[in-house]
Amino acid sequence: MFNKDRWREILEVLTTNVWRTIFTAFGVCWGIFILIVLLAAGKGLENGIKQDFGDIATNTMFMWTRATTKPYEGLPKGRSFEFKISDVQAIQDNVPNMRFISPRNQLGGFRGSNNVVRGIRTGAYNVYGDYPEIINQDPMTVTSGRFLNFNDIQEKRKVAIIGQGVKNDLYDQDEEVLGTYIKIQGVNFMVIGTYKKNDSGNGEEGQKEIFVPFTSFSQAFNRGENVGWMAITAKDGSSISQLKEKIVKVMKERHKVHPEDTRAIGYFDLYEQYNRVESLFGALKGVAYIVGIMVLLSGIIGVSNIMLIVVKERTKEIGIRRALGEQPWSIKKQILMESIFLTIISGMVGIIFGSLVIYGINSLLDSVGPVDMFMNPSVSIGVVSGALLILTISGLLAGFIPAQSAIRVRPIEALRTE
Amino acid sequence: MIEIKDLHKSYKMGSNSLHVLKGINFKVDDGELVAIMGSSGSGKSTLLNILGMLDGADSGEYTLDGVPIKNLSETKAAQYRNKFLGFVFQSFNLINYKSALENVALPLYYQKVPRKERQEKAMQYLDRVGLKPWANHLPSELSGGQKQRVAIARAMAAEPKVLLADEPTGALDSKTSYEVMDLIQKINDDGNTILVVTHEEDIAHMCKRIVHLKDGVIVEDKKIEQVRAEQYV
Repeated sequence: MFNKDRWREILEVLTTNVWRTIFTAFGVCWGIFILIVLLAAGKGLENGIKQDFGDIATNTMFMWTRATTKPYEGLPKGRSFEFKISDVQAIQDNVPNMRFISPRNQLGGFRGSNNVVRGIRTGAYNVYGDYPEIINQDPMTVTSGRFLNFNDIQEKRKVAIIGQGVKNDLYDQDEEVLGTYIKIQGVNFMVIGTYKKNDSGNGEEGQKEIFVPFTSFSQAFNRGENVGWMAITAKDGSSISQLKEKIVKVMKERHKVHPEDTRAIGYFDLYEQYNRVESLFGALKGVAYIVGIMVLLSGIIGVSNIMLIVVKERTKEIGIRRALGEQPWSIKKQILMESIFLTIISGMVGIIFGSLVIYGINSLLDSVGPVDMFMNPSVSIGVVSGALLILTISGLLAGFIPAQSAIRVRPIEALRTE
Repeated sequence: MIEIKDLHKSYKMGSNSLHVLKGINFKVDDGELVAIMGSSGSGKSTLLNILGMLDGADSGEYTLDGVPIKNLSETKAAQYRNKFLGFVFQSFNLINYKSALENVALPLYYQKVPRKERQEKAMQYLDRVGLKPWANHLPSELSGGQKQRVAIARAMAAEPKVLLADEPTGALDSKTSYEVMDLIQKINDDGNTILVVTHEEDIAHMCKRIVHLKDGVIVEDKKIEQVRAEQYV
C-alpha cells in the first residue's frame, strides 16, 4: 500500500491532465464544502437558540395555582387557593427523583410600579423570596459578596442580592454596594451580593431582579405559609415531563381540587420546550447531512466518470502490464487508490475552505457584536472525521466501477495493433 | 520446452464463427530460434497469443516447460506470464510516461523484487542492449530501433523461459531490423528459447527453423541454415 512506485504512478496519472483533475476534484470539494458549511450554520443557529435558554436547568417545570373550575367535596367552583410551604415536603415525599423544589414568592412584575427606594433613587424591580437552591435552577454568576444561604432562611435575615441592572440604577459607578441598605416596599434590606445572568433570552429584565430569603420575604410582606409558585427540577436521567402528572396529582389531593379539573393548577414544562428545540436541531442536522451528501454524490459521480475515462485511455497500458504479468488485483488496487486519493485530497481542500469560511463568519460576528439567534458556527472534530470517512467510502465507490472495467480489459484486445 | 497437440481456435464474429487454428501440432526444444511465417489471416498471431497465455484455446493441449496450461484464472495466467514468458511486440508497447529504465524494471516489480535490486538488474539488461546512456530517457525520446531494444531488454529482464516476438521488425526499416535481429540472435546464442512471428523472408532466415502456417494449419516445418544478421549491421 505504501510503496513508492505506486504513489509515483498515482501522481503521474493525476498530473498528466492537470485541469481535468482539478475540475473533477472541484465536484467533491464543493460537496464537502456545502456539507461542512451547512452543518456549521445549523450549529450556529443551535448555539444561538440555546444561548437564550442560558444555563437554566432544562429538566425543570414551573407550577402555580389558579381558580378551580369544578366543585369538589362540597367546595364550590371558582375557588382560589394557594400552595403552602408544606407542599414542598409533600412533593418530596410522594414523588421520586426530585432534585430541587424551590417555593418562590414575588413582588413587582411586568410593568410594576416603583417598589424599591434607595436615598433619592427609585426603581421597579422583580423581588423574589427564594431558597438558596434557586441558584442551581436559574443560574447566575455572583459578581460580588455572596448568594443566599440557609442561615439567612433560618434566621429570617433581611438581606438581598441585587442584579447588575439594579446596581446601575440605584448606585453610582464606583459606589460600594455591599453593606448598604435598600428599601423594598418600605422594608429595609441589606445588600450582601450582586449577580449577573448569562442568558440573553430575557435581556435586560434578567439583570433587574432582587433575591431575598424566602422566610424573610414571607414575614416582611405578609405571605404567611403561602407559596406563589414553584420551580421543580428532576434528577438527571428522569424527565420532568413524565413526573409532572404525579406532582400535579399530589397537589390536587392536598388542596381538594377535582381530579379532572385541568385548569386549577397551571404549569410550564421547560423540558418539553427544550426537547422540541432539540429535535428541531436534530432535524436540521439531518437536512444538512442529506443536502451535503447529495451534492457530494454528484461530485463522486464526476470522479467515477473521470476514472472510467482514465481507464479507457490507459487500456493499452493496462494490457501491456497484464502481458508483463501484473496481477488483476494489483491493477484494481491501483485504480481504487487513484480514486480514493483524488477524493480525499479534494475533500480535504473542501474541508479547509469550509473551515476558512466558518472562521471568516466567526470573526465577522465577533466584530459586529452578537446577532440574534446565531452564535459561534462551528463543526466538531467528530464531524470532520466523519466527513473524511464519507470521503474514503465515496472514493472507494467512485473507483469501484472503473476498477472493475479495468480488470475486464483482456490483454490481447488491449494490445491488438491498430 | 513448448508442446502443442491438436490445437483449435475459432472466433465468433456475430453469427458466423471463424475457424482460425485447425489442429496445430508443434514442438519447440530448449534453445531453439523458431520463425513462424504466414500471410495475414493465417493464424500466426493467434497462435502466438495462445502460446503467450493472452488468449485461450478452444481445444487441444499446451504444455510449457512441463506445466499444462489449461483453464487458468487471470491471476494464475498473470503469474505464469511473468515467470515463463517475455513479450516483444511490433508496436513496442512501452509505457510512455516511464523512462527506459523503469520500463525494463516493470516485470521485476511484478515479481516483487526490491527496488534497488530491480534498478541494478534493469540497468544491466539495458547495458546488454547497448542503451545504458539512454536509461533515463522517455520512450518518446528514443528512435524505433532503440524502443524495440528497450522492449527486448524488458522482455529479458524477468529471465523468462521463452521469448515471444510478434513481428518485432514490422515497424522498423531494414537496417534497424537487422540490428534487432542481431540482438535476438545473440540472446539465442546464450541459450534462450525464442519464437518470432514474421512475414518477412529475410528475417525468417535469420532463425534456425521456419514453421509455415497457412489457413490455420502447419504446411511446412523445416530446419534451415541460419543467416547471421551481424554481416548486415
